[in-house]
Amino acid sequence: MSFLRKKLDDLKRPFGKGEKWEKYAPAINAFDTFLFVPNHTTKTGAHIRDAVDLKRTMVTVIIALIPALVYGIYNTGYQYYVQTGEAFTFLDAFIHGSWKIFPMIVVSYIVGLTIEFIFAVYRGHEVNEGYLVTGLLIPMIMPVDIPLWMVAISVAFAVLIAKEAFGGTGMNILNPALTARAFAFFAYPTYMSGNKVWVSEASNMDGISGETILGTLAAGGKVDYSFFEMFQGSIPGSIAETSAFFVLIGAFILIATGVGSWRIMLGGIFGAALVGLLFNLWGANALMSFSWVNHLVVGGFAFGLVFMATDPVSGSQTNKGKWIYGFLIGVFCILIRVFNPAYPEGVMLAILLMNVFAPTIDHYVIQGNISKRKKRWATALKTV
Amino acid sequence: MSQGISIKRGANINLIGEAEKLLSEAQPSKTFALKPDNFFSLVPRLMVKVGESVAKGTPVFHAKHDPRILFVSPVSGVLKEIRRGSKRKILDIVIETKNDSVIKHDIKSVRKTDRKTIVEILLKSGAWPFIKQRPYGILADPDVIPKSIYVSSCSTAPLGVDFEFLLKNDKDDFQLGIDVLNTLVETPLNLSTDASFSGFLENIKGVNILPVDGPHPAGNVSVQMQRHLPINMGEKVWEVRPEDVANIGKLFSSGEYSAQRTVAVAGSSVGHPQYIKTNIGAEISTLINLTGVDDSYPNRYINGDVLSGVSVSAQGYIDFYNNLLTIIPEGNHSRMFGWLPFMDNKIPSLSNTSFSWLFGKKGYYVDTNMNGEERAFVVTGEMEKVFPMDIYPMQLLKACMAEDIEKMEALGIYEVIPEDFGLIDYASTSKIEAQEIIRGGIELMIKEVG
Repeated sequence: MSFLRKKLDDLKRPFGKGEKWEKYAPAINAFDTFLFVPNHTTKTGAHIRDAVDLKRTMVTVIIALIPALVYGIYNTGYQYYVQTGEAFTFLDAFIHGSWKIFPMIVVSYIVGLTIEFIFAVYRGHEVNEGYLVTGLLIPMIMPVDIPLWMVAISVAFAVLIAKEAFGGTGMNILNPALTARAFAFFAYPTYMSGNKVWVSEASNMDGISGETILGTLAAGGKVDYSFFEMFQGSIPGSIAETSAFFVLIGAFILIATGVGSWRIMLGGIFGAALVGLLFNLWGANALMSFSWVNHLVVGGFAFGLVFMATDPVSGSQTNKGKWIYGFLIGVFCILIRVFNPAYPEGVMLAILLMNVFAPTIDHYVIQGNISKRKKRWATALKTV
Repeated sequence: MSQGISIKRGANINLIGEAEKLLSEAQPSKTFALKPDNFFSLVPRLMVKVGESVAKGTPVFHAKHDPRILFVSPVSGVLKEIRRGSKRKILDIVIETKNDSVIKHDIKSVRKTDRKTIVEILLKSGAWPFIKQRPYGILADPDVIPKSIYVSSCSTAPLGVDFEFLLKNDKDDFQLGIDVLNTLVETPLNLSTDASFSGFLENIKGVNILPVDGPHPAGNVSVQMQRHLPINMGEKVWEVRPEDVANIGKLFSSGEYSAQRTVAVAGSSVGHPQYIKTNIGAEISTLINLTGVDDSYPNRYINGDVLSGVSVSAQGYIDFYNNLLTIIPEGNHSRMFGWLPFMDNKIPSLSNTSFSWLFGKKGYYVDTNMNGEERAFVVTGEMEKVFPMDIYPMQLLKACMAEDIEKMEALGIYEVIPEDFGLIDYASTSKIEAQEIIRGGIELMIKEVG
């Protein structure tokens, strides 16, 4: 280890203070700090610091994403082979899915990280770890047949417009990964909806419909998947969103490690269940009478709620606010699903909408604290 | 006895090297130093020149904003040196001990003395700086009648001291000090005690006892005040540290300024952690010569606790206010892949991304490594977990960074001092320097609002 450390220090010398390539130090530091936690000691403030840092937090999210990702890769192959009718093994399905999905992940990371590095050097700050999660999320929420160049453009749009334009990690208003998806959704609608995009190579097959459950319902069709299939996730949909079960494993990891907010998740489930239940009682059309329990497991609701809504930067920051924010995401998700057949999946828009309102929610929560304090001041003045 | 204060949110960080309940006298210190930096927001005006003799109790400098507030020599000797930093800022005023002259004050029984005279005695004798004022944690204003006075004998910071033990030989002086301070306020002084332990402090007369229970920062006066009677805009509240109550008592019993300081020398680098009796401003070496320090590696010496103390060199001096000298190893080493979750579990962590809770039974070894790099605010909710006050810490920090005075007021800047954010410094994923930000915010408040 000390040999490697020495080599690295030698390599870094030209990037040191006052040296030739000082400007590019953030880029080289980003690689170095992935090998080693730096030897920096505390200068001001507390003399000891917790072992946790942003890298560790972000890597925990990535670990939580892996179950859903692995299942998504398998399901991509599974849907493909079911559609062609060929016999296949688990490995066949997995290999087919890998060929489809790994290139998307690679493209997402190369494009996104390149932009992040350029901005870090330009602004002279260290590379933030946020993109490690965003860069994995973006391919996971895309339809499987989306061309790679579209992934690249969506990523560039999200990082530039949704993130760097606001000042980078920690300053953005919208969740960058969802912004990428929303961009693709509105810029290339034919690649993002319909019955030919959700199953690998479906556009090359004749007469086969690979529509999502929500799409089918919106078109007034009948759904013949069982609850267990929907829960387990062997259904068409965006790559990693289909399995509520594997999303739940991720949710468990996030909650157990304290990285994801259980308040937002639980609030969202309450909101969606409540609205779903009300619509069930009303029951005017197929989407309304679609059981509220099923609403929770189909589409991107579970994935969005666990991995996107809990983004601490774009979500509510106060504990009370988190409940309200999560609850309203659930409410709007089902409302959009039921009332707006042009957007069969509501969770993306619901989260983006609530991203915009999260600061407002926090404002009112904090205002409560402020008015309590001011009231106290006023009573103190009276008694004097 | 009034209702107790029970704190839920917060954290105790159990460190190796707690001071043993053993009280020894320090070796005689050749020099003593007064440090104007020990007093927040103070601008000193020197009253003695280098080479002049001073008695114990001779004023050495006064506050620029109020010449009545005197800072006196803790020992008899000669002013040896004034060490200055950048912009000729005074860092240390070093006094070499010599002779044995003492300034005596003519003091009558407390019961027969009125408030005005007591304030005068405290000012003249140099004991006034023992009293700190909220908001801001500055020197008390002699013209103010405070809403109340708080003394916290409950220390919850890592390796915190036991004031029951520390004051065991000063019980009478402590009671006398309480009586003196009680003449300055209209309501009895509030003395907070450790709820889990009963000792002589509970039998102190003329005080309102506040039993405190819960994790750090339950021992911080800000937290206790907010639970008891929160500070409102325009109100002034005073705070005195327990040993300084005894010092004030000694002044009134003997007529001499007392600068007694009992220091717990603690931390994993200390050979034999224990309590040592000395005076304010003593050389640190006279303490560690007794306790021993493992100096086979670089150490950090901290006047105070690991969360909000001030680092000092091994050749430095004991600070004015604190009862703790912590010595821990420096952490200037890299850790391969240390950022992975559940790596290096021996480093204490409040986060569930570490199994460190399995390793803390006997206490943790800690060093001064940052364990990561500074980042933008990302994670939310972690500050609230260690901040038991009815204040939104992250929003207050952001208001301080934005220098938005109205917002800082509304969010509770009057109710906090930097040390309340020590645990936030520690716990922050983004390695935010919360105490620095709050200190900056308070400095701005003093400048703009006063």
